[in-house]
Amino acid sequence: MTSSTRGLTFYFLVSFFVLFVAFLYGPMLIIFVLSFQGQHGGLTFPMRGVSTHWFSDLFTSSRYGDLGGALSRSLILGVASMAITVVACLFAGLAFRKRFVGSGIIFYLAITSLVVPGILLGLGLGQLFQIVGIRLNWFTSGLAAHLSWTLPFGLLIMFAVLNRFDGAWEEAARDAGASHWQTLKLVTIPILFPGLIAVSLFGFTLSYDEMPRSLLTVGADNTLPIEIANMTSNVTTPALYAIGTVTSFISFAVIGLAFLAIMVIQKRRA
Amino acid sequence: MSNRNTKPYLEALPYTSILLLIVGIPIATLLTISFWETDGLQLYPNFTLENYEEIFTSKLTLSLYLQTIKYTVLTLAFSLVIGFTCSYFLVFFVKSLKMQIALFLLCTIPFWTSTTIRMISWVPFLGKEGIFNTAAQGVGLIDQPLEFLLFSDFAVVLTYVHLFTLFMIVPIFNSMSKISPSVIEAAKDAGASDFDVLVNVIIPLTKTGIALGSIFVVALVMGDFFVVRVMSGGQSASVVSAMKNDIDQLYYPQAAAMAVLLIAVVLAFVYLIMRVVDIRAELER
Repeated sequence: MTSSTRGLTFYFLVSFFVLFVAFLYGPMLIIFVLSFQGQHGGLTFPMRGVSTHWFSDLFTSSRYGDLGGALSRSLILGVASMAITVVACLFAGLAFRKRFVGSGIIFYLAITSLVVPGILLGLGLGQLFQIVGIRLNWFTSGLAAHLSWTLPFGLLIMFAVLNRFDGAWEEAARDAGASHWQTLKLVTIPILFPGLIAVSLFGFTLSYDEMPRSLLTVGADNTLPIEIANMTSNVTTPALYAIGTVTSFISFAVIGLAFLAIMVIQKRRA
Repeated sequence: MSNRNTKPYLEALPYTSILLLIVGIPIATLLTISFWETDGLQLYPNFTLENYEEIFTSKLTLSLYLQTIKYTVLTLAFSLVIGFTCSYFLVFFVKSLKMQIALFLLCTIPFWTSTTIRMISWVPFLGKEGIFNTAAQGVGLIDQPLEFLLFSDFAVVLTYVHLFTLFMIVPIFNSMSKISPSVIEAAKDAGASDFDVLVNVIIPLTKTGIALGSIFVVALVMGDFFVVRVMSGGQSASVVSAMKNDIDQLYYPQAAAMAVLLIAVVLAFVYLIMRVVDIRAELER
């Protein structure tokens, strides 16, 4: 194969990749721009001036329901899901390093939780609560629904994290007389820390953006993704894009924070 | 010694008990309710097969499944080709590791953002007075705005591909980057062309990633009700979006029976894929 044909493949692949990235980000960029639409502008171009009218409209107008409350509920759920996901997945990941009787069943349960259509799992959870006689509430049944989404992902990430972890560190700690808890606290967790940040990132963002599983489980008070989903059918102003920009900005801030933390740790270690 | 043996069980206990409580029991609940009766107001725990009879005798069921499978196959095909091509480029054509990671992250960042917003962001692009139609008319490519772009099957599949290709890229990239360069060198030394290497070395060694990505895409498309409702403008239905009507009218037993059927279908797909590839063994490798 001559170098010129290899060059051709390379340029084809580069263009393909660039097009894909444009496909991935283009539409999002468009709505970020349109969310700064002027007060009399519509859902599409042209821009009729530039303003932050639609952002202030979001939180001052009563047309959009309780967006502030929905946002704070989503943030609280995100943090709670994150905390539970990190702890449960850390230990489950450690357990899964050995094949033990029943580990296959747990793995399949996690896969089931991942692939089951979200709204149907929500239906089951909601009905279960109803039959047992517990009221649906965003922080109880809602949290349960979110965990069914974050826990399987957390375990898959833990597999990847533990692939690169050398168990000899733990053995060395135990040989030096450390107890189980000391080994965990002083050796295992510090080494795995960047990986645990990655699990946290998944735990928070997947919960924060979760909609189908929440729909039939949150009860009377909606989370932000449900409010946004409702807005897609009854809001016909750029306020819809403004809430999109706000929620994406929160996601980007969390992603940036997680990456920054991982980079700082890696740098300190180097 | 007994401490050694019970340790993995203790470690897995919180994870397992939470999952049993929030996934195992709710699915069992659905299964139970699907055999119950209702009058639209209340559930009656009397055993009946009526809910299933209704599903299996309704012509609608088959057409809904066919429609959903059509969406699934189309999305699977596009996301697989795109995901594989992008991963192939990243792993074998981007030489600097730093650059490779940066570009990979660029592909994955939207995964951590809202799917509803990413879906909605197609509206100003595809609409009748949207960017595409305005631009295409501007340069004289078309006379009339193309109306099939938005609120159509085209828009539904486009949105699925946009939302779910990430789920292909990540596992395929992961499998590909584990391929040792020496394997490829050996194949080339033995006289294989780049194309031979792709077909006979890279694709077989990437099958775990392809399998895992396919599981995600199948599950996400088959379970969707929201994209199909919004992006088809209410003109198309999938299995779940049709079920949503039963749920809204409080006909839970019927909805539960449909849910059980769909869950069984999705799990069967996943099981078939996992029969071909031992995903757990590969993940732990």
